[in-house]
Amino acid sequence: MEKHFTDSRVKGVSTGTTILAAVFDGGVVIGSDSRASIGGDYVSSKAINKLIQVHDRIFCCIAGSLADAQAVTKTAKFQLSFHSIQMENPPLVIAAASVLKELCYNNKDELQAGFITAGWDKKKGPQVYVVSLGGMLISQPVTIAGSGSTYIYGYVDAKYKVNMTREECLQFATNALALAMGRDNVSGGVVNLVVITEAGVEHIVIPGDKLPTFSDE
Amino acid sequence: MAAASMMPIFSQNVSSKSDLVPDWTRQEVSTGTTIMAVEYDGGVVVGADSRTTTGAYIANRVTDKLTRIHDRIYCCRSGSAADTQAIAEVVSYQLGFHSIELDEPPLVETAAHLFRASCYRYREELMAGILVAGWDRRKGGQVYCVPIGGMLVRQPVSVGGSGSSYIYGYMDSNYKPGLSKDQCLDLTAKALALAMERDGSSGGVVRLATISEKGVERRVLLGDQLPKFSTH
Repeated sequence: MEKHFTDSRVKGVSTGTTILAAVFDGGVVIGSDSRASIGGDYVSSKAINKLIQVHDRIFCCIAGSLADAQAVTKTAKFQLSFHSIQMENPPLVIAAASVLKELCYNNKDELQAGFITAGWDKKKGPQVYVVSLGGMLISQPVTIAGSGSTYIYGYVDAKYKVNMTREECLQFATNALALAMGRDNVSGGVVNLVVITEAGVEHIVIPGDKLPTFSDE
Repeated sequence: MAAASMMPIFSQNVSSKSDLVPDWTRQEVSTGTTIMAVEYDGGVVVGADSRTTTGAYIANRVTDKLTRIHDRIYCCRSGSAADTQAIAEVVSYQLGFHSIELDEPPLVETAAHLFRASCYRYREELMAGILVAGWDRRKGGQVYCVPIGGMLVRQPVSVGGSGSSYIYGYMDSNYKPGLSKDQCLDLTAKALALAMERDGSSGGVVRLATISEKGVERRVLLGDQLPKFSTH
């Protein structure tokens, strides 16, 4: 079975987590749960924000060691704003993803964090990139990560279709996160979603009691 | 799991750590697998993939993991192939004997308890995760889950094996109580196909069986007949 981020190698507070991002017709939805735990035994925070805004239309979500992820995103945010000033243009989503990738790859021995970057830019429209633990960078229409993601691979493979509408994509993301939170004990809390389109950025929070329920609950 | 051993090759003793000895000879045979069982009104549907691995080598790509325990009781095996085969043989024998004594077809619950007794007593030595499913006159279709460690619990739908993690979400969202036999078959085939796509230790064909009062119907879904999902 896949190794979770909840084993003893993880330092300190970990976002044993479920994160996902999906492209729909006209934008992307990026979402996560909100639980932070220590070693899978104690929930250190019930409602943390794992969706970090690194630029106007680019968000990234974090999985793994919370300390590492916060340090990397802080550095990336700075580098990206500098890059954007130099280019006199908003950065491309792939630029943001590459900045994270460089940090992850060059410090792979010390770091234990993975990222999903999603956003919108003028050149390629809505995009999703995933930077894995060792520093691999790939682009996918939909991607999931974190300890809770193992439980929803089947659901995502079956349910995701390209060119969904915004509402369909939001429902898909909510269901996927709710299912993962239902099976993974280190994912939970509320569902945080961000919808990024050319027009702007919208935050949606779905508290625990408003989450979709399934037949066994 | 990988025990260091010396293998004689051309009258030289070659340590098993060398490149001359293939990796898979040192690995235990495992049914890293995906198995599933669903109850419906009147029977059960059981399904499994067909891959048996020794390390990275697929020792059998057309394995039958749905093992007959009695006329209307089957078990789905996951974990160590040797352990599960041995346990299934023991339980088959015990159940057959019990059924003759009773002069009646045995209950699924009895079979499940026999599996649990063996799995719990020898829990330190064994690595076996088993789903027991079947039909009897008293309670109809039943599915019992006996995971590693030797717990016993009855569930309307259950998945097991290494590939099962990937389909919990799919199963939770698509199973509802009151499905028909064909809906259960469809759900099982799709769930197994999804798991086989993601789990390296599951693959091959999908074997399905339906157990009801009428008897057992078996089916195989070959590669080109497997349900497909939009590729992305």
